[in-house]
Amino acid sequence: MEHADLLVDWSRAQFALTALYHWLFVPLTLGLTFIVAIMETMYVKSGDEKWKKITKYWMGLLAINFAIGLATGIIMEFEFGTNWSNYSWIVGDIFGAPLAIEGLMAFFMESTFFAVMFFGWNKVSKKMHLLSTWLVAIGSNLSALWILVANGWMQHPTGMSFNPDTTRNEMANFWEVLFNPNAVSKFLHTVSSGYVLASLFVIGISAWYLLKKRDIEFAKKSILVASSFGLLTSMYLITTGDESAHQVALNQPMKLAAMEGLYKGEKRAGIVAVGALNPAKELGDDKETFLFKFEIPNALSVLGYHKLDAYVPGMDDLVNGNKEQGIVSVKEKMQKGKLAIKALADYKKYKKANDSSHAEEALKTFKTYEKYMGYGYLKKPQDALPDVALTFYSFHTMVGLGFWFLLLFVLVLYYTMKDSIESKKWLQYAALFTIPLGYVAQEAGWITAEVGRQPWAIQDLLPVGMATSSVATSSVMITFWLFAVLFTALLLAEIKIMLKQIKIGPEGH
Amino acid sequence: MFDLLTLQQYWWFLVSVIGALFVFMTFVQGGQTLLYTLGQTEDERDLLVNSLGRKWELSFTMLVMFGGALFAAFPLFYAVSFGGAYYVWMAILFCFIIQAVAYEYRKKPDNLYGERFYEIFLYINGSLGIFLIGVALGTLFTGGNFVVNDLHLSHWTVQSYGLEALLNPFNVVFGLMLVFLARVQGALYFFNNVAENSITSRIKKVVLTNFILFLVLFLFVVGYILFANGYRYDPSTGVVSVERMKFLHSFMDMPVLLAALLAGVASLLYGVYIGIVKQARKAIWFTGIGTIVTVTVVMLILGWDNSVYYPSLADLQSSLTIVNSSGSHYTLSVMSVVSLLVPVVLLYIFFVWRSMDKTQMTIDEVKSDSHHY
Repeated sequence: MEHADLLVDWSRAQFALTALYHWLFVPLTLGLTFIVAIMETMYVKSGDEKWKKITKYWMGLLAINFAIGLATGIIMEFEFGTNWSNYSWIVGDIFGAPLAIEGLMAFFMESTFFAVMFFGWNKVSKKMHLLSTWLVAIGSNLSALWILVANGWMQHPTGMSFNPDTTRNEMANFWEVLFNPNAVSKFLHTVSSGYVLASLFVIGISAWYLLKKRDIEFAKKSILVASSFGLLTSMYLITTGDESAHQVALNQPMKLAAMEGLYKGEKRAGIVAVGALNPAKELGDDKETFLFKFEIPNALSVLGYHKLDAYVPGMDDLVNGNKEQGIVSVKEKMQKGKLAIKALADYKKYKKANDSSHAEEALKTFKTYEKYMGYGYLKKPQDALPDVALTFYSFHTMVGLGFWFLLLFVLVLYYTMKDSIESKKWLQYAALFTIPLGYVAQEAGWITAEVGRQPWAIQDLLPVGMATSSVATSSVMITFWLFAVLFTALLLAEIKIMLKQIKIGPEGH
Repeated sequence: MFDLLTLQQYWWFLVSVIGALFVFMTFVQGGQTLLYTLGQTEDERDLLVNSLGRKWELSFTMLVMFGGALFAAFPLFYAVSFGGAYYVWMAILFCFIIQAVAYEYRKKPDNLYGERFYEIFLYINGSLGIFLIGVALGTLFTGGNFVVNDLHLSHWTVQSYGLEALLNPFNVVFGLMLVFLARVQGALYFFNNVAENSITSRIKKVVLTNFILFLVLFLFVVGYILFANGYRYDPSTGVVSVERMKFLHSFMDMPVLLAALLAGVASLLYGVYIGIVKQARKAIWFTGIGTIVTVTVVMLILGWDNSVYYPSLADLQSSLTIVNSSGSHYTLSVMSVVSLLVPVVLLYIFFVWRSMDKTQMTIDEVKSDSHHY
């Protein structure tokens, strides 16, 4: 493999590693902060000390999780500079803003009131303490808003224009960046997934207490809050998931095709509910795509485009073009992109030589092909394809688990209302074993979003190969392994501490 | 509304203030290196950790904010320095990753590696972490080995990717200076925040020794800044050239900054004085304000007055200035509106601190608190 390919692979691996680790902790914080805020509100309203104890117990687990979330988070911000230096310049004028706003608006709120939430029980009034707890929840969710505005922009860049003199994209409309439909749906879908995960976490641990026949009242009260919260938010999660898929269909048709393993485009396309991809299948051949599948007819057309007979382009169409549907081939886009890159270089050259008439001409050519420039950096048309298997299985795992969570919340809430949850051992086991599944769904969601976008760092605009820093591959390999060792070591400690705290239980606090 | 240059200067000012606030907040790191000097029993050390533990997240957040502000306002610096001086920045990040977990996990049962392990994390963060940040900041004066091409894409020209900065004595002195400053401030913070005579009786000596070491290094740094060569760009052509005693000239051009510098240093000295002689609780406020003002001025002198704030040792004309490395006019305008939040944030931090720090902490309080580090 060439140096450049190796470098981009290791840079991606490092980013993926740090992001996946970070994402083990963030969703729980997003949801658990709200759950403890609700619990503390119950305490303040009722004056019942039991609710205070419950609040403090879950806060204790939140703190353990919060610390490692911060530890893994700081690296993400700086990695854009250290490993994606070209990216930082080419899109930094747009991308940097939400990151800075995140720090100013959200991180300070979180970290300032976090100290009050944990250490202020005897130092500030009850109401001030409750307000602080809510502000931590709002702060952590605000931080999710801004980082997902940034991520939504990577999926669907909008509100900017390319400046040939500074050779970068510059922000032209802040509101378009903020209210980018992709960013909005991504934010809502992602935070609600955090609420669902936190609900699963609280229910699962409480179920363990029920199985152990200890701290029964504590467990039942916790389950009541978490299953109500979980049911509401999981319905919302599924709704926002639908909107997310619609956004993908509109702006990232290749990702949608990969999510569904759709090679040949069709009208009234179905969704594969369960299936196994044929590993021998390649782009453009006539082999069967699936070894077996169970399909829901028409569903993809409806999900993607909200129309029963909508045409959904397949990967073959998107790579090789489809005249009938007006789809331009990647090859043609690459040719135009190369013309744009050359025209930009010419423009720079003439500008430097003070040759304004030639410079103007080059600029005109550049403007004609500008929107294909990103494609000019691809080496071959097949490079426009993401990893189909990884995208497909991640997406299906996420969706399948999402529906299971909904069912679980319904069952748990139903038996809680009937006050017979204590005797339903099978449900308690199911709740306990669903905790890890919650994490699997979270990571699968990220893999779908990020692997599905490949080869693009910014959709259609900047491929990952063009976005890296020019450091030695060996440097990135060294830091990759250091991260892998350190984060794993910290994760093990976190899990061990968490398990111990659960064993100690609410009475020990 | 404002022209581009004004916004660039405004944003350099904000970055300088945030950087200065971070340097002030390193009293947390300084305190972390004094756990065993000031705390001789386990209870005493727990008190010190818990006292710092109310503040560590803000020092962490300030660093994140410093990065975020640089990214939004001067993205070319973000690209050139982080992507080039790779090892130094990565080492700094590792030093901060370990800080975040150390507080929470140190005293927890079943923490896998034992209490001492997390205390070592705190020590590394407080010493090596601050030292390396100082080295990195030192390169703003001494330069880095980078080239920026016509497309504004950059690369580092030496394979040591930033580690070479450790060979420059100025960078090393700058780093050590920050470490000793952090320790002085950390000790004074304990004066302010804890009420255990056994601990506070040990603080005076610590402040004195660390302050003397700081002062020697500080005088060297100031001397270097005033009399060494600096870099200036021609505002009409953008061409960068070397200038003898550039920073001295800049102080002459901007006497307000010189006055602010002297006031900052005076405040710092006064704070140390009342800390040592009167053991005053408020000493940290004087050293803190002194630190913030002094660091802000030093940063401003780097960015304002047509200065180069990040010289390139590999290609002089690749050097970064606030003019050639900033965000676009539109982005800086938007971000300037957002920056109106800064005083709001500072205000609520102030009020929260006041309500949390009304009374000094004691060992008994830590023991009785339901949540403690």
